Amino acid sequence: MSHVKTNNVIYKTDDLIASDIDAYLNVHQHKSLLRFITCGSVDDGKSTLIGRLLYDSKMIFEDQLATLQSDSKRMGTQGEDIDFALLVDGLAAEREQGITIDVAYRFFATEKRKFIVADCPGHEQYTRNMVTGASTADLAVILIDARKGVLVQTRRHSYLVKLLGIRNIVLAVNKMDLIDYDQATYDAIVTEYNAFATSIGINDFTAMPISGFKGDNITERSVQMPWYTGQPLIAHLETVALDNVADQAKPLRMPVQWVNRPNLDFRGFSGLIATGIVRPGDAIRELPSGKTSTISKIVTLDGELSEAVAGQSVTLCFADEIDCSRGDVIAAADNPPEVSDQFESTIVWTADDPLIPGRAYWLKLGTQTVSATVQSPKFTVNVNNMEHMAAKTLELNAIGVAEILTDKPIVFEPYTNNHVLGGFILIDKITNATVAAGMLHFSLRRAQNVHWQATDIGREAHAALKNQKPKILWFTGLSGSGKSTIANEVEKTLHLLNRHTFLLDGDNIRHGLNKDLGFTETDRIENIRRVGEVAKLMADAGLIVLTAFISPFRAERDMVRAMMPKGEFVEIFVDTPLAVAEARDVKGLYKKARAGQLKNFTGIDSPYEPPEKPDIRVNTVEMSAAEAAEHIVRKLMPLK
Amino acid sequence: MTKTLTHLERLEAEAIHIMREVIADAEKPVMLYSVGKDSAVMLHLARKAFYPAPPPFPLMHIDTTWKFKAMYALREKAARDAGMELLVHQNPEAIARGINPFDHGSLHTDMWKTEGLKQALDQYGFDVAFGGARRDEEKSRAKERIFSFRTATHGWDPKNQRPELWNLYNTRKAKAESIRVFPISNWTELDIWQYIHLENIEIVPLYFSAPRPSVVRDGVLLMVDDERFPLKDGEVPVERSIRFRTLGCYPLTGAVESHATTLPEIIQEMLLTNTSERQGRAIDHDQAASMEKKKQEGYF
Repeated sequence: MSHVKTNNVIYKTDDLIASDIDAYLNVHQHKSLLRFITCGSVDDGKSTLIGRLLYDSKMIFEDQLATLQSDSKRMGTQGEDIDFALLVDGLAAEREQGITIDVAYRFFATEKRKFIVADCPGHEQYTRNMVTGASTADLAVILIDARKGVLVQTRRHSYLVKLLGIRNIVLAVNKMDLIDYDQATYDAIVTEYNAFATSIGINDFTAMPISGFKGDNITERSVQMPWYTGQPLIAHLETVALDNVADQAKPLRMPVQWVNRPNLDFRGFSGLIATGIVRPGDAIRELPSGKTSTISKIVTLDGELSEAVAGQSVTLCFADEIDCSRGDVIAAADNPPEVSDQFESTIVWTADDPLIPGRAYWLKLGTQTVSATVQSPKFTVNVNNMEHMAAKTLELNAIGVAEILTDKPIVFEPYTNNHVLGGFILIDKITNATVAAGMLHFSLRRAQNVHWQATDIGREAHAALKNQKPKILWFTGLSGSGKSTIANEVEKTLHLLNRHTFLLDGDNIRHGLNKDLGFTETDRIENIRRVGEVAKLMADAGLIVLTAFISPFRAERDMVRAMMPKGEFVEIFVDTPLAVAEARDVKGLYKKARAGQLKNFTGIDSPYEPPEKPDIRVNTVEMSAAEAAEHIVRKLMPLK
Repeated sequence: MTKTLTHLERLEAEAIHIMREVIADAEKPVMLYSVGKDSAVMLHLARKAFYPAPPPFPLMHIDTTWKFKAMYALREKAARDAGMELLVHQNPEAIARGINPFDHGSLHTDMWKTEGLKQALDQYGFDVAFGGARRDEEKSRAKERIFSFRTATHGWDPKNQRPELWNLYNTRKAKAESIRVFPISNWTELDIWQYIHLENIEIVPLYFSAPRPSVVRDGVLLMVDDERFPLKDGEVPVERSIRFRTLGCYPLTGAVESHATTLPEIIQEMLLTNTSERQGRAIDHDQAASMEKKKQEGYF
C-alpha cells in the first residue's frame, strides 16, 4: 500500500453528507452529465486509469476494495500495490467463455458532474467497438504510453475519434512515472502527435502528462511535474464544454417517434429534441411534407413548458391539423433540413458477412426506417495509415466511402452538423443483424436535380383501358425446374382470355439488356434489380408481366415485391427438387457445372433460397407443365 | 439562452426515448414490475413518456408468493394510480410443489422467477419486456446492451448481441424471438434515489426505517414478515429499527439496522456506507459469476 494515495481527494465522503444532507443533495441535483470514451490497449494502462478514476471518486465500496486487495496480492502484478486494472478487467474469463464484449460502461461522479465512461476492450473487434463507444461520447481520452510515443494504434484511435465527430480530445501521455517525469520526452510526443492530428483534421486537443498508476495529474496537479501548468484530468473533465449545450444553438430538429392521440381532443407529437430550442408560438415546418404550422404547446406530465431544449424528451402540439407521423421531422420553419434519396457516406461494416453492393438493407436514421442499397465502395480506408485502397465490398471492421440510395426520400443533415440526422445503421433484412454504421456527408446532386416528372396518363388509366389489373407473375425456381415452360403456358392461356401480357425470360434478357452481367452474387442481384425495374414499368403500362428467372435470393425477390403496390407482385415457386432438375438437364448445364466448367451455378456451388411463403406453389413432379399452368391461372382469377 | 440539463434530466430523457422507440415497433410489449424502487422509477418514467395517454402496455409481476406484505399492498395501488392493467403470474408448478426459500435454496429463484417469467411471456405472447436492470449493479451488467435479444426459448446468446450506436436501436426480430429492454441501464443507485426524492415517487415503506420483528441468521438480518417463517429452536424475533436497500423475497432479503426515516436520510446513509447494494441479496453469493449464468438461463 506504500504508493497508493488514498488521502488526496475525497469526493464521496464530502463533509456536507454528514452535516447537511439537504444542502448536499441540492448541489448534486444540479450536476451535468459528460459521456467519454477511453482509447488505448491493455498495455497503455487504460484499465488502470479507469480503475483509478473510480477509486479516487470513491465509487468503490469496502467489500469491493477488500476483494481488490486480495486479488492484487494473489495476482502479484503490482507488488504490494493495488492493481486498479483488476477493478475493470474481468475480461480474461469472458474471453475464455467466448463472450463478445463490445463496450462496457462505467459510472462515477464528482462534485460537478456525473460521468459515463465507455470502455472498449479487445483488439480484433477494435474498430467496431470503438465506433460504438465513440458514437455517444462528448470527449475522448487517447492514451499514449510515454515510453513508446505515438504508435500505429494512436493514429487509428485518433482517426476513429475524428470520424465519429468527437470534438473534445484529451491526449493523455501515461506512465510518466516510468520515464522519471521527463518533460523533454513529453514535449516531443506532443509535438509529434500535433503534426499527425493536424494532418487528419484534428485542430484542437488537450495534452496532459499523467500516471494512472501513481495518480499524477488525475485529481490534483502532480508535484512531480511542476513544469505542467494545465489542469489535471478530472478538473478538465469537469469543465469541458458539453455537446448537448452546443446543440441548442443549432436550428430546431425533432424526429417524431410516436403520435400521442389518447382521444379526439388531443394530438401531440412525441420525440427527443435533437438540436435547437422550441417554445410555444414558434413557427415550425414538418418534413418531408414541407407543411408549416406553429407550436401551440409543449406537453409533459409536469405541466406545459414555456421552453424545451436539445436533449429533452417532449410532446409538441401544433396550432393546425397537419399530417405528421413517425419518421417525420419537426424543424425550424425558416431553416429546415434537406430531403434526398442519394448520398455519399462513410460506412463502418460491423458484421461477419461482407457488404453485398446492390442488395437492399434497412437503413435506420433518426426515427426513419427505409430500404436502401449501397453501391460498390469508392475506396476503403486503412485505419493504420489512412491510405485509401480500392475495394469491391466491405468486410468486418472495414471503413469505406460509398454511395447510398434509399427507396424513398429521407430527411437528413450532414453528420458533421447533426449526429442524429446524419448517423445511421444498416440492418440485414433476413437476419435482422445490425451490419453497419454510417455517416451521411452530402446529398448527391443528381438526386437534387432529377425530379419525378408527373404525367397526366397514370398507371390506373393505362390499366383501365386494358380492362385488367396489372400484375407481376414472378416465377422462381432452380435451373431446369420448368419456369420458362410453365410461364409460356400461362401466357398462352391469358392471351386467349384477352389479357395483355408480356413474358420476360431470363436467358433472353441476358442476350440484351443484361449482357454485361455475369453470375457472381453481385451481378445476380443487379440482374434481378434491372428485371424488377423493367417489369415495374410494364406493369405501370397496364400489362400483366410474367418473369422467369432463377432469382435465387430471397432479399432481391422481396426488393421487387416492395417496389409494387400490395397484391400486384405474385411470387410463384416452381418447386422442383434439385435431383429432378439435374436429371432433366435440358440445357446440359448441370453436367458442365458438375464438371467444374461452369462457376456459381445455382444448386451446385451457389445457393438457392426457396420462398418461405410463395403466393402460389406448383410441384412439377406431381403436375405436368399444362396442369401447373392451369393451377396458376385458376389461382389468379379474376384478373379484373 | 442555453440551458445545461442536469444528469437526471438527461437520464430521464434517454429512458423516455427508449420506451417510445419500443412502442413504435413492438407488437405486444409489457413492463415487468417487481414493486421495488427501480420498478417505481420505471413506472413513473412510463407515465411521463406517454402522457396524456396512459402507458400503452400492462404491468406484469412475476410473483413468488414470498414477497413482503407491504409490497403486495403497493403493487395494486401503483397500477391503479397509473391507470394500467396489472397482470400477476405465479408458476403453477412451483405452487403445486410448494417451492419455498427455506427448503429449496436456489431452486426457489429458478422455479418462481426464471421459469415463472418464461411461462408468463409465452402465455401472453409478449414480444418485448421492459426491465429495470442497471449497469452499475454488478460487473456482468456493465457490458449489457439496452436492447437484449432472446431466442424463442428465452436463451441469451452473448455472441449474438447487436452493437448499439448513437441512440439508434435496431428493434427488428424474427417471429418467436423476444427483446428485453432496460431503459434505466445508465442510472446508478444514487441516481435512482435522487430521482425518487426529486419527483416524489411513492415507494414501499420498507425502504424507510421502522421497528420490525427480525432474527439474525448466518450474519444476515432477516425480517419475520409472516407466520410462514420457520423459527429455529431458541430463535426469538426481536424488534429492531431496520430498513431494506433492495427488496425481493422476504426470507432472502437482508435488512440493515438504521434510523433513516426520510429519503435524504436514506441517501445520506447510502453515501456514508461502505458496502455495495447487492450484498443484501443472497442470490449473488451462490457462486462466482452467478449473475452471468442466471442471465443465460433467462433470469432478468
